[in-house]
Amino acid sequence: MSRLIRNALVMLLLMTVITGIAYPLVVTGLAQVLFPSQADGSLIVKNGRPIGSALIGQSFTSPKYFWGRLSATAPAPYTATASSPSNLGPTNPALAKAASDRIAALRAADPGNTAQVPVDLVTASGSGLDAEISPAAAEYQAGRVARARGLPRDRVDELIAGATRGRQWGLFGEPGVNVLALNMALDSAVK
Amino acid sequence: MTANALMQVAVFLAVLLVLVAPMGRYMAFVFDDNRRGGNRFERIFYGACGIEPAEDMSWKRYALAMLFFNMAGVLLLYALQRLQGVLPLNPQHFVAPSADLAMNTAVSFATNTNWQAYAGESTMSYLTQMLGLAVQNFMSAATGIAVLVAVVRGFARRGASGIGNFWVDITRCTLYVLLPLSLVMALVLVSQGVVQNFHAYVDAGSQVLPMGPAASQVAIKQLGTNGGGFFNANSAHPFENPTGLSNFIEMLVIFLIPGGLCLTFGRMVGDKRQGWAILATMLMIFIPLAVGLVAAEQAGNPALHGLAVDGQASALQSGGNMEGKETRFGIAASGLFAAITTAASCGAVNAAHDSLTPLGGLIPMWLMQLGEVVFGGVGSGLYGMLAFAIVAVFIAGLMVGRTPEYLGKKIEAYEMKMASLAVLVPCALVTIGTAIAVLVPAGTAAVSNPGAHGFSEILYAVSSASNNNGSAFGGLSATTPFWNILLAVCMFLARFPLAIAMLAMAGSLAAKRHVPPSAGTLRTHTPLFVVLLACIVVVVGALTFLPALALGPIAEHLQAAAGH
Repeated sequence: MSRLIRNALVMLLLMTVITGIAYPLVVTGLAQVLFPSQADGSLIVKNGRPIGSALIGQSFTSPKYFWGRLSATAPAPYTATASSPSNLGPTNPALAKAASDRIAALRAADPGNTAQVPVDLVTASGSGLDAEISPAAAEYQAGRVARARGLPRDRVDELIAGATRGRQWGLFGEPGVNVLALNMALDSAVK
Repeated sequence: MTANALMQVAVFLAVLLVLVAPMGRYMAFVFDDNRRGGNRFERIFYGACGIEPAEDMSWKRYALAMLFFNMAGVLLLYALQRLQGVLPLNPQHFVAPSADLAMNTAVSFATNTNWQAYAGESTMSYLTQMLGLAVQNFMSAATGIAVLVAVVRGFARRGASGIGNFWVDITRCTLYVLLPLSLVMALVLVSQGVVQNFHAYVDAGSQVLPMGPAASQVAIKQLGTNGGGFFNANSAHPFENPTGLSNFIEMLVIFLIPGGLCLTFGRMVGDKRQGWAILATMLMIFIPLAVGLVAAEQAGNPALHGLAVDGQASALQSGGNMEGKETRFGIAASGLFAAITTAASCGAVNAAHDSLTPLGGLIPMWLMQLGEVVFGGVGSGLYGMLAFAIVAVFIAGLMVGRTPEYLGKKIEAYEMKMASLAVLVPCALVTIGTAIAVLVPAGTAAVSNPGAHGFSEILYAVSSASNNNGSAFGGLSATTPFWNILLAVCMFLARFPLAIAMLAMAGSLAAKRHVPPSAGTLRTHTPLFVVLLACIVVVVGALTFLPALALGPIAEHLQAAAGH
């Protein structure tokens, strides 16, 4: 009995060294050599300072920018240190209210647009940090952004196309438009 | 379902079926009895631990070793959490979690459940994550696989007094199965964008970005059917699951070991067809439920139908119920993930299960309630399914009035008692635990959604803990002493008594002699047996849980359809 306990303790100690220290250190070392940018968070650096990550969404509310998914993170949308979905159940009235509030805000920013709003624009993402919207959601907002910036619609469509990626390997996941990349491209285009 | 959705499901199944055969063969090699002495590194390792690798343990000794090892793991993980404030690698200066939360988390990770009543990026230091949580990811997975291998030895051996050596089994499982696969998987994940560093969180002006050694932990959390996210949003987080490809691989490896073990089992008992039959049974239950889940989510949420919302699938959007889902995964890759993670007892999520449509949420809940035997946890899923197989041959034996046999072993009262325990313990835990939670104000206070969905949150939580899954309807505010204690008790009782019952059965079976098949023997590799076994799993799950499901997701579905 006491031998089993001693075996268990030493085994746990050695396994902790192997799987808890050696393993993550080896992965970190290899990752930092092979994929340094990804391992450090795919940071976007401007003037020597990180201004965000290509993978993490940011909050945009001005009509001049494309808006991303709703974000349920606290205390503010797109708080990257507190990833969270809304966890609203499908029949929760708060879910329908969040959607209709979003529709109202989109309509207020773009009164002439009577098209139906793509569903990903009126729902919160699973992480609260989704960097992307569907191509349909980008197309829905393109007219508003073009007008707000005095850019030709064609130019905006070009920029959308530049920020769009298809399904990976043509198969996995869904296509998406990176909102931060698109908005940064818009800002450079105006200049 | 869209054409692409069907394609994603089909490719997933095809790649899985290609990979399980070599995986099963490799694991049969790893756990081969004839190589018990091990190589030089192993011998040094055993020497340091004071282990005699040639010792063939009785089932009682095997169970004791398993218990001591896991209890030591619980204590170490508890201590690491409580002391994290004074330990290194804590750049965000997180304080220690409360005693009840640390206890819940320690039990949760040691039982391969990985229920998380905390948010990783705002609670746990890098040291706690890598030295505590990730180590238990490895050890709980190795424990499950070791117990399974011992149970299979019970069937394979004749007139034997032992069922193997626990220390050798977990050592080989960790060194030769879990570690190499995790290493490769972690690097693939980093290539897709999963973070792996020890930097402090990065101030990016308008936001602060979390960092940490995530990839190494995410790899084993998927492979070992653990499921505990490095970040709160788990595999919905862009730093934990950044692309369609990373998502596909994260799904694939959840089933890789549980699927492979079916074939390992077939090899070890000397009849590969037996392994394929079990795998076929699992797929027979899994495929329709996975397709149903994707279809339910693609149909969308009726609550938004009255609004000016476009939820139609097209080339430009996935449409459907996108609440709680990430754009890069859409409906198909989220629905499939939800089915896989609950069929297996992984519990990682890439979408908010709380926001699934009522029927879309029913399926993961029921997959867990089936006892986590449809793939299930690594090792534990298969030994759970073998308990059902014994029930199946017993029922078949009753029909024709013969003593049941399985794999050449007579199934008698003792085996039936142990198999019944293994089948009924999780059922009892779910129903009794849910009843307690809904009767006590401390239980119902945690609910965040109104109406039937609130009950679903409670039922889901107790089902998850009592089947060692770990996923949640995340709206439930379970970080309270009541919930931490209730769920820790459920997780503990679902894991260890069940494993001990199966080891006891293995001990009894190993001692028996082989009964040659006769004309009256039920052949257990045939389609007939596959259907019988699937029916028994489904019927036990339906009879036990239909009343509870009627009060939760079914009631909510009817309300939603009626427009209330």
